Amino acid sequence: MRLLGLACSLFILGVAVICSVIYGVTDIPLSSIWESFVHYDYSSQEHLIIQTVRVPRALIAVAAGASLAVAGALMQVITRNPIASPSLFGINSGAAFMVVIASGWLGVSGMQSLTLFALLGAAISGSIVFYLGSIGRDGMTPIKITLAGASIAAFFHSMTQGYMLTNGKMFDQVLVWLVGSVAGRDMSMLINVLPYLFIGFIIAVSLSRHLNVLLMGDDVAQTLGQRTATIKSLASVAVILLAGGSVAVAGPIAFVGIIIPHIVRYLVGNDYRRVIPYSAVLGGILLVTADIGARYIAMPKEIPVGVMTAILGVPFFIYIARKGKRVQ
Amino acid sequence: MSKYTPLRWNKTKLSFLIEKRTLWIIATLLVLCATLVVISTGIGSKYVSPLEVIQSIAGKGSSMNEVIIMKLRLPRILIAVLVGASLAVAGAVLQGIIRNPLASPDVTGITEGASLGTVLFVFFLSEKVSIQWAPLAAIAGAFVVTALLYLLSWKNGASPLRMILIGTGLSAAFKSISYMFIISGSFILANKSMIFMTGSIYGSSWEKDVSTLLPWVLILLPLTWIQSRHVNVQALGDDVAASAGANVQLHRLILLLLSVALAGAAVAIGGAITFIGLMAPHIARKLVGSSFGGLLPVSALLGALILLISDLIARTIFAPLDIPAGVFTAAIGVPFFLYLLYRNRNA
Repeated sequence: MRLLGLACSLFILGVAVICSVIYGVTDIPLSSIWESFVHYDYSSQEHLIIQTVRVPRALIAVAAGASLAVAGALMQVITRNPIASPSLFGINSGAAFMVVIASGWLGVSGMQSLTLFALLGAAISGSIVFYLGSIGRDGMTPIKITLAGASIAAFFHSMTQGYMLTNGKMFDQVLVWLVGSVAGRDMSMLINVLPYLFIGFIIAVSLSRHLNVLLMGDDVAQTLGQRTATIKSLASVAVILLAGGSVAVAGPIAFVGIIIPHIVRYLVGNDYRRVIPYSAVLGGILLVTADIGARYIAMPKEIPVGVMTAILGVPFFIYIARKGKRVQ
Repeated sequence: MSKYTPLRWNKTKLSFLIEKRTLWIIATLLVLCATLVVISTGIGSKYVSPLEVIQSIAGKGSSMNEVIIMKLRLPRILIAVLVGASLAVAGAVLQGIIRNPLASPDVTGITEGASLGTVLFVFFLSEKVSIQWAPLAAIAGAFVVTALLYLLSWKNGASPLRMILIGTGLSAAFKSISYMFIISGSFILANKSMIFMTGSIYGSSWEKDVSTLLPWVLILLPLTWIQSRHVNVQALGDDVAASAGANVQLHRLILLLLSVALAGAAVAIGGAITFIGLMAPHIARKLVGSSFGGLLPVSALLGALILLISDLIARTIFAPLDIPAGVFTAAIGVPFFLYLLYRNRNA
């Protein structure tokens, strides 16, 4: 039964990916997708579009969506806060800031090193927010960590903007990326970050049993003999790898990390052994479909997928914040 | 001799009890502000000595100085004063009614709403309508956010925690909608809106900016000051305020609307300058305590001072490049905010 559910959602993900390859400014018949993989025709424009534009775009959306959703699910356990997510807690904007600074100021190029800078940025802003959110007698309260996250996000955001304004050349290239977009990326960019995302995902899956214990509260977990500090720091490493990696390839896409874990918990319950794989698959589905929507909403122009997820995510976020009891 | 001086208007029901010390502090800050206005008007690509600045303002300087001072520099300086003061007061009121020392127009999404209003204005109306109307667009945006914020966090009254949580969410949404327009527009429009969103008072002029903002500030600041006695009651908590006979939700709404109008007007002219609404009221509280009769004027003066200094640094340190002042207010504002968060860790 459990596997059936996962198989179904994987099937939906597959359909979404195929749709994402088919639909766009020029629609592509289903048969030529298959052909472009089996007999690639160098003279065919369709094959070129499939292989260099549509397929990388769909796969990057899957990878980024899955990573952000899993990162959100992890953050919601370790902060015990239902609105925790990489974007609201400033992790994405820290990563974005480091990427902009590294490529513009330090002259770093190449996806490999930019990814490392993104991870560094995610780690820096993440640890500042976590530290500030948990100082004080009463530990990590929702209001403290939300304010810390919002202000760190605002800080990195305005530093990034300030830097971009003094450097006109950067402006055009970075602006779309800065809202979060999966368009116009090569396959090689994805391949560069994939190892980090993969390691992050493995850590998340292997921690899932411990996360179930942690869910009952720090005190209970410690009484049961869990080293909560170790579990939390491992989970944080996974968050940084997942969030930083996806920012490096797709920019700081917001709200996926909030929406998906909640939907997943509603569907399959609180058991993290299921929450994490489902979050990954559903996160992929969300971002791929949001990206298809982003192509159609202002046809023939495209809007960045980050705008789509924000528009979808905010009503959802407000619903969670209003539910009250769990936030308090 | 009493420590306090009452300020009373016999015909109206209005009175304030203000510490004498507070009056002295206000006087000192006024002098500081005036001095800084004169000095920073003199600094720039051509240095003008303070004495000559005063002569030019009085209309007795050389004709070249007069052009530089009166036409080019003074409008910008005045805008810094007005924008800084409005943002600071808006922040002070918000902190009072949300009862959280870390609230400010930027955290609750009001600034982003005003930004979106102005971005929409730039994109759709700037060719047809005079820029004079931009503050209305910004204030409208700010009001839409506030209305949403209020509606959405209403559940047997608007609780401070829900307002902050929902404010951060709304802020993110409005920011990405602004970006959507910026990205879909032409490069020139995009750059213009981007500078605006970071907060810059570059190229302010008498007709366009000062005359647009001044009426708003002149009306709204005194109104807020008069209403501010309700904040004192609210700060005690909803229950206490209600038992003291205050109409808690109504007063909270009125104060919120005033604060939004101030922030919106300031953002329309100065762009999304962040963290002033957070810093100024805190420093003010350190200086004069948290009674609003004295707190508001002191916050306003401090807000003006902070923006004057930030703008002075922003336009001189990387000269001839003119960095938006908002970058500097964020650069000093965030460490300040973190310090506050650390100080209030047990609150």
